[in-house]
Amino acid sequence: MSLQLQVTPGSMRLDVPSDLRMVGDAVELVASHLPPGTLSPRRISFNLRTALAEALGNAIRYGTGEDPRRKVRVRVELGRDFVRIHVVDDGNGFDPSHTPDPTHPDNLEREFGRGLFVIRHLVDDVAFNEKGNGICLTLRAG
Amino acid sequence: MRFTLKKDKSGVVVVGVEGQLIVGNRQELKQKVLDALEEGSRKFVIDFSKTGYIDSSGLGVLVSLSKKIREQGGELRLAGLNADLQTLFELTKLDTLFAITRTAEEALAAF
Repeated sequence: MSLQLQVTPGSMRLDVPSDLRMVGDAVELVASHLPPGTLSPRRISFNLRTALAEALGNAIRYGTGEDPRRKVRVRVELGRDFVRIHVVDDGNGFDPSHTPDPTHPDNLEREFGRGLFVIRHLVDDVAFNEKGNGICLTLRAG
Repeated sequence: MRFTLKKDKSGVVVVGVEGQLIVGNRQELKQKVLDALEEGSRKFVIDFSKTGYIDSSGLGVLVSLSKKIREQGGELRLAGLNADLQTLFELTKLDTLFAITRTAEEALAAF
């Protein structure tokens, strides 16, 4: 399976097969095609990569059930002072307001449940579509 | 991305993580460490000095491995976190769960 990034002025699009092994390559493809200058290299190398890996991992695992016949769609808006990443799956969605605090002592030794918490700390804004099967991550310059 | 396992002269297994530890490769790391545990190793250091980023699945596998190693009477230490990774451990409060040292050498000396 190969990934094909479509680049147009101001945006990029990528369809990612629902296979967790594709997450790393998809993240690298997007991160390496960001135009220089909007976000600092450090924010691209850590915040953007980690947040995108989280969003893709969640969409593939929970949204599309790791079914390689299904795809997760990534669309990147490139603004003068922001990068906005939309990750949408074709699943049933979920309610992002009902996620336990992973830093609570009772949850600290749990293996899963930190994804949204991590995303919220790494990007400037997180939004979900109404159905709950799409997440929008915004990283601003500065 | 790749994982390297080396055993030092006192029997501590040092695991190097090159690239990233994320949802797509977490199982590979888990299996390598569990294999070493099964073969009798009890002391582990995971060296992140060549690691760019870790997602929540990567953090989760460390939590899981730490528990399994402790259940066998062993210990897992972490080393070489850059400033961003250190912040990630602090905000998730996982810095309270792991012994973290600046370098793998310091982790080895602390065993």
